[in-house]
Amino acid sequence: MSVGQFFTSKVDDAIGWARKFSIFTYPFVTACCGMEYMATACSHYDIDRFGAGLPRFSPRQADVLFVVGTVNHKMAPVLKRIYDQMTEPKWVVAFGQCTCTGAFYDNYAVVQGIDTIVPVDIYIPGCPPRPETVLDGLMKLQDKIAAEKQRA
Amino acid sequence: MDGPAILARLQERFGATILEAHEHRGDHTAVVGPAAGLEVLRFCRDDPALRFDMLMDLTAVDWLKYPGREDGLRFEVVYHLYSVAENHRVRIKVPVDEDTPVVASAVGLWAIANWFEREVWDMFGIRFEGHPDLRRLLMYEEFVGHPLRKDYVINRRQPLIGPKN
Repeated sequence: MSVGQFFTSKVDDAIGWARKFSIFTYPFVTACCGMEYMATACSHYDIDRFGAGLPRFSPRQADVLFVVGTVNHKMAPVLKRIYDQMTEPKWVVAFGQCTCTGAFYDNYAVVQGIDTIVPVDIYIPGCPPRPETVLDGLMKLQDKIAAEKQRA
Repeated sequence: MDGPAILARLQERFGATILEAHEHRGDHTAVVGPAAGLEVLRFCRDDPALRFDMLMDLTAVDWLKYPGREDGLRFEVVYHLYSVAENHRVRIKVPVDEDTPVVASAVGLWAIANWFEREVWDMFGIRFEGHPDLRRLLMYEEFVGHPLRKDYVINRRQPLIGPKN
């Protein structure tokens, strides 16, 4: 390994380490999963330990889009627009079964998985997922962020 | 007034126009011929003994392929009326034909009927004659069909709509 390669890989690591502990989430909360998101975000489970304690309610200030709850076809354009408004680098977490696959809402109204609209990085299954599951998903997202070739 | 008295009053006033009147577990229902629906509703609201000043609910039923109802009209529009002054209730049902699913609008009687009728139009495709603004209420404009009709294929998918402008 040349000195230059060593240097860039270390810079990547440093940026990745910084990014994985400064996750600003945008909670796109539409349904009952929101309760579980709130439980996770509050003091008992304390996602601030993972640097994700500051939700931003403007997509332009957020890194991670948390899609929490059922998304129906009428809501789909809004979700797409929120995603488009976020600045790079950005990640998407599908929180709960409805966002992963549409779950038992196999009907005329509900989007069958938000990956039909926006690219998804982490799927957190569960109806709703327990806070532990959410934290597990968050840690997996951190690993993914840290391992990425950083687009600095 | 109690339920039987309400039904008796309607039958006394409208006679054979009331196709059927029955009671089930304390709820009283009058089935009204399609042509006279609005007239009966207006009477319910304005009659000094009935005074149904509140439309609690307006919905519809699709009886397609329902066992025992194959030969009747396909749809039924259902009005749930309540009188705040008299504290009594009644349910009015109006059968609707499949080929011409049109009912007179009740917006002129109770303003809340506006959104109820838009919902029924959206879900069942029943048109309300005289409605000031009959657009879909729940589904988006690009949606094709009426999803609560029994012949709407349950797993039919419609194209996702993109962001507006």
